[in-house]
Parts: sequence; structure tokens; C-alpha cells
Amino acid sequence: MLGYYLDLAVRSLKRSPGLTALMILIVGFGVAASMTSYSVFRAVSGDPIPWKSSRLFVPQIDIWGPRGHADGSSDNDPPDAMDYTDAVALMRDHRGKYQSAMYRVSPSVVPPDPHMHPINVGGHAVYSEFFAMLDVPFQFGGAWGADGDAKHAAAVVINSKLNQKLFGGANSVGKTLNIDGKDYRVVGVLNNWNPKPTFFDVVNTGGFTSGQEDMFLPFTRAIDVGMSNDGNTNCSEVPKGSGFVGLQQSSCVWIAYMVQLEDKAAVSAYKDYLDGYFRDQKASGRFNWALNNRLRDLPAWLESEHVVPSDTKISLLVALGLLVACLVNTAGLLLAKFLRRSSEIGVRRALGAPRMAIYVQFLVEAGMVGLTGGVLGLLLTWVGIHGVNWVLPKEIASLAHVDLSLLALTLVIAVVATMLAGLYPTFRASRVQPALQLKTN
Amino acid sequence: MEIKPIFATLGRHKFTVCLLIAQIALTCAIVCNAIFLISQRLDRMAVSSGMAEHELVYMQLAFIGARPNAMARTQADLSALREVPGVQSAMIINHLPLSGSSSNSSLWLDPAQRMETMSATQYFGENLLSTLGVQLEAGREFSPEEYRDLDKIDKALQTGDMKEIPSAVLITRTVADRLWPGQSPLGKQVFIGRNFALTVVGVVKGLARPNQLERGAQYSLIHPVRLSMSAGSYYVLRCAAQDRERVLKAALAKLNALDPNRIVLDKGSWDEMRYNFFRNDRAMAGILVGVCLALLVVTALGIVGLASFWVSQRNRSIGVRRALGATRGHILNYFQTENFLLTSMGIVLGMLLAYAINLFLIVHYELPRLPLAYFPVGAVLLWCLGQAAVLGPALRAAAVPPVVATRSV
Repeated sequence: MLGYYLDLAVRSLKRSPGLTALMILIVGFGVAASMTSYSVFRAVSGDPIPWKSSRLFVPQIDIWGPRGHADGSSDNDPPDAMDYTDAVALMRDHRGKYQSAMYRVSPSVVPPDPHMHPINVGGHAVYSEFFAMLDVPFQFGGAWGADGDAKHAAAVVINSKLNQKLFGGANSVGKTLNIDGKDYRVVGVLNNWNPKPTFFDVVNTGGFTSGQEDMFLPFTRAIDVGMSNDGNTNCSEVPKGSGFVGLQQSSCVWIAYMVQLEDKAAVSAYKDYLDGYFRDQKASGRFNWALNNRLRDLPAWLESEHVVPSDTKISLLVALGLLVACLVNTAGLLLAKFLRRSSEIGVRRALGAPRMAIYVQFLVEAGMVGLTGGVLGLLLTWVGIHGVNWVLPKEIASLAHVDLSLLALTLVIAVVATMLAGLYPTFRASRVQPALQLKTN
Repeated sequence: MEIKPIFATLGRHKFTVCLLIAQIALTCAIVCNAIFLISQRLDRMAVSSGMAEHELVYMQLAFIGARPNAMARTQADLSALREVPGVQSAMIINHLPLSGSSSNSSLWLDPAQRMETMSATQYFGENLLSTLGVQLEAGREFSPEEYRDLDKIDKALQTGDMKEIPSAVLITRTVADRLWPGQSPLGKQVFIGRNFALTVVGVVKGLARPNQLERGAQYSLIHPVRLSMSAGSYYVLRCAAQDRERVLKAALAKLNALDPNRIVLDKGSWDEMRYNFFRNDRAMAGILVGVCLALLVVTALGIVGLASFWVSQRNRSIGVRRALGATRGHILNYFQTENFLLTSMGIVLGMLLAYAINLFLIVHYELPRLPLAYFPVGAVLLWCLGQAAVLGPALRAAAVPPVVATRSV
């Protein structure tokens, strides 16, 4: 039966080739244009770690209560960083696959070459899992081990630029580096890793920092030697103690935290753990306000910190709008075409076709337009993505990839939308008594 | 022109008509908002640098091996650069407007405040105003004895010797208006890093930041700090616009002759720097323009398709009208009026939709309000588009001969 309907559809479409071509073109064009622009916009918006961003989470604990975020902050959001007490407690409990507390440091390095001046570098104090969590590429060596965290090891990972400056780019693993007057062993050299935005520590860098990430050293060690933080510190009350030690004992927030959670179950387990942690602290008398934790994944986190430029998001909506407009257009044309065929429906009904058969016939015809348009759209998208390569700068063009699942979704939408457009006229035509339809003509 | 029969006809195709109106409304809403986004990108790209933009070239260098006496060598470099024919002025600066990365600091009007008042970029370097062509609007430039070497300042910061840290500062007009609206900023104090007071000695007209333009494009401070060539800083030369290429080549040759142990990390004219800085914005604006055009074309095609379809469907009625005495002009007019009515309905709906979308964006993305001027412009654009699209089918309708009425189907 389906073969017969396909044949009918082809005949009907052939009867008005101009209109058919137009509908197919519009669907194809809509799919291609929205897909191409979507992929470019997404490339520009720059998810810094697209293959993993949905598995990276930033926990927030409301350690300040309503008083701390009364001014201006939206949605009663808890502080966007952590104080020392909670960061260390979360690290100790170790509930995620990987996790790291981190804070920004800016120590001075005394180059091994005695002729060179001490230089100021930027970097982060992190835990060993930081590197595995963020898939940080190494040129030489690797991260310090988990025991390095526990033993407060005097180890350091440097970036290739600093390695170039200090060691002339040679493999410096095992060499000693003097940081703030103390010796550290170089355990790894990064392969020029400087992601933009600096997604792992938005709080202290604002996402886009001028500074290079020159080096990373163990968090525990940095705390031991009193290497003070170079990022933002926000306090809801004046710290009682003074200096860096006073900061560690205070409720000021200055530590960024990130955790990797593999699946939904892990996420909800971690959420429960965070909430439990808050309740324990509340029970011990530390807080007297309601639970108000957050656990955002990286894209949501970057958005809440306003790191992704807002109009990039809007541009994605524009691309989507284009697709919708094209589909509405096609639906209108299909409708005009189908509504004219009430007499044909009347004849078929009079000859004994049930309503269902009429529906199937028209859906097949509409679906055929949608599918052909969709396939044309696929081809045009391919052309578009390649076209982008010579229209746009290389850095952007190379990032523009087609998301296959998204493309499949677009195809399905195209077919479903055209079929929906086919439903209404069929519905109307099949309501009318066959006899009436036959008479009017 | 009778409008009534048009409505009567349209009433028979309610659903199709609704879809066409929806299509026009959607196009109108999206195009209005997209053009608004484009104009915002263009505004961003039109940022004024506050400099003599077309007269600047820059070089960023790195050194191989040890480099004692950096300050003396830098001064030697600079005096050599000044001798290059065509060079009017030369300096070393920590970063340039739109160079991409910046050092910023928080400013406090009162060090006891909980939150900073604002954050601004810090520019270091001697002869900054004359070399970059930055215009002094009020107050004075730095005197030579106010300048301090950067490495001495670093040392002073560690020892806490505040005498060695220069306290004079030049600010831009925007910073002045932000800190002390309606007052003269000269002689006023602002705190940097909570514990160190700066005194404003002068105001410059403008100086753009290296990046983060959205956080205040002109939020810049100039400090009397002398630099030596180190990672990240730039040699900047001012010369006549047509000499730039030649001067840059000669300058690099001269520097290389002076000390071959260096690598050029980056070089070019400042115009190129500006061009590169806005690459993403240009790409985005370009694609948005493409999307808008695509949308308009698709809408036009839709109108053409539907109008042609209706014309062929009403072939007989057109023939009857012609036979009853209607002229070609009447028929043409009929379809044009029909299109005008449909487009107008679409536009009204589209404007409401555009406004709603804009409100949504204001709430969720902190976008500014859509200027009212967009609405009439969008309306005219769509009317023209509709009339142009319907012209072909309408002419075909007008060409239907009266004899069609006498033919049976």
C-alpha cells in the first residue's frame, strides 16, 4: 500500500513542479543555513572543553546565608567561590571521580641562569587530579601523584612558555626551580596549555585573564609555605586573623573548586553529599539558614558567571528562528496545495477509502517533501561548512563542525513539520461528506 | 479599491493566510532583532582607541639567553629606533589598546569600601602621550622626575618602601566621570589595591583598553613607569601613515643589527592589530547578515509561491472579472492590495513579537532596548519585499485574458 501512496505522491508533486521545487528548496535551505550558522556560532562562543564540559561541575555552598548575598546578586545565589575550611573538607571527602580545589598564585621565580633577573609568574595551586580532570596536555613528564598532595610535595608543573624562557625549551623534568626562594622539582612541562576562557577558575580570573598559566604547584604545599592568593577575595565579614593564615581561618571565599562526575547517578549522589555536608555543618551550629547549595555543570557555570558573551547565545536563537521560518513557509505552501484537493479526496472516499487511508496518503506526500528537502539540506550544510573555510578566519572555521546528532534532529524536525502541515487539510477534507465534494465540482 | 472582496477571498483560506502572516511576523521579528545585534557588534568594532591609530607600528620581541642591563639596552634600542628615517617618536609600552591581554587593577574611592569602585587597565611607559597621539584634555603630563623604573617599583613593593612608587596618575575622561561625576578630578585621590593612594594630575580624552571592552572600553590609567624590554611589552613607533611598512622593516633591521639574539614575537601596524582583535565580531556580524538575507529571501519565495498558486487557482474568476469589465490594472491592483494587507498584518504581529523577543533578551541577557527607529524601517523593508515578491504572480494574473471565463473547466 505504501508503494501506491509513494507513487501517488510523486504524481501529485510532478503536477506542480515549480511549487514542489520551491518547497524542497526552502526546507533544504533552511536546514543548511541554520545548521551552518549554528555550528559557526557555537565555535565562536567557545566551549573551552566541549568533549567534557557536561561532566565537569562547580559546587557552591551557601556559607554566608541571606545576609551575604543581599546586594545585587541574582537568584539568591550562594558565594561563587569557597572558603578554605570547606574546600579542604570537600577534598578530604573525595566524592567525585576527580576534583580539585585551586587558587591563583603569582610567585616570583629565580631562573637557574644567574644572569637573568627573577621573574614574576602566574599560575595556580591545585591538586594532582586537576590535570586528569581537565585533560591537560603534557610535553614532558606528568602531574605529581596523589601522594604528592598528601606529602605536600615540593613539585611543580610548568608551561612550555616558561620552560622556553628558563630552560631553553629542553626537557626540564627533574630539574630544580627556585620559586619564592624555595626549591621545587619540575615534574612536568605542559604543551602550551592556556585555555580561553580560563574556565577552571573563572572566579579569580574573570574568565579572560591577561596572565599566562605559567606553573601549577601542589595546593597543600602552597598553603604550607604561605604562598598568598593572587585572585579575588570576597568576604561577608572582616577576617579576625590577619594575613594569609587569617584568610584561611575566615569565611572569606577565594578558592575555586571543580569536580568531575561521570553520570546522572553520580551527580545526584554528589548533590546529596553536598546537602548532607551543609546539614551537618548546620547541626553543628555553623549556619542558621536554609539549605541553598548549587551544583552547576560547566556551561551553566560559565553562563551564571557571564563568561560567554551573551549575544552569542542570541545568535544561536537567530539561527533557530531561520529554521522555524523556513518550516512555516513550507507548511503554508503545502497547505495551499493540499486544500485544493478536496475533490480528489471526495472521489477516493466515495470509492470506499477509509479516512485513515487518506491521512496516510497525504502524510506520505508531505513527508516526501520534508525528507527530500532535508537531504538537500544535508548536502547544502556540507557545502556551507566548507564555504565557511574560505569566508571566515581559519581559527574560527576550523572550529566549525557539524554536530551529527543535531543534524539528525533537524532532519526529523523538517519531516515532522511538513507532515504536520499535511495533517490539517487532510483533516478538513476528510470531514466533508464525499457526496458533497463530488457535487460541487 | 474595494477591500471587502479581498477579505472575503482570504476568509476562504484562513489557515494558509494565518501561516503566511505568521511567516512574515517571524521574519520581521527575527530580522529586527538580528539587525540590532549586528549594529551592536558594529558599535563595538567602532570603539575609539584615543590614539593616532593610522600612524603606529609595533614590535614585540623576546630574547635568547641572559640579558643583564635590560634597562640600558632598552634605552639604547629606543634611541636607535628614533634615528630610523621617518620615525617621529618611539616608546616601550606594557600593552596596547586592543592588543588582547591587559593588566588591570581595582580602584577604591575609599579603602574601607567592601567592593571596589571600578576596575581599570594600567598603562606604563615613557613618552606615551606624544607617541600614541593621546590627547591631554586637562591638567598636565608627567614631569621627567616622576618616572620610576618598573623593577625598582617591584622591589619597593616587596620592602614596603612607598617613596619609590609613583603616585601621580593620568586618567581618561570616562574614568574621571565614573569616579567623580560633575567634578574636576585634578588633584583628587583614588586608591589602588586598597592601601595605595594615587593623585590625578591630568585627564586624557580617551585611551581604549587592550581587551574586556564590555567592562568599560575607556577605563584606563596611565602611570609614570619606565619599562625595560621584557615578555609582553611592545616597542611602538609613530610615523606617517604611508611610511609604516618601510619604517617597520628598517626598525627591525636596526634592532637586529644592535643585538641579533632576539626573536620577533609579533609585529605590524596598529591597524592590523585592530583588524585582528575584532575578527570574531566581524565573523559574527557577517553570518548574522547572511542569516537575515536568507530569511528575507525565503520569505519572498514563500510569498511568490503562494501568490502564484492562488493566481492559478483563481484563473477562472479573474477571467470572469476581466469579462465583466475589470482592467488589467484592476487585477494587478487586487493582488498588490491583498499582499499589502497580509504584509501589514504580519508586520503588526511581527513588531509585537520583536518587542517581546527583545524584552526576553533584556531580562535574560542584559541586552539594551531595541530602538524604536527599527520598527518603521523594518515595516518599510517588509512592505517593499512583499510588493516585489507579489509583482510577478500579479502580472501573470493581469495577463489572464477575459476569454478564460467562457471556457468550461
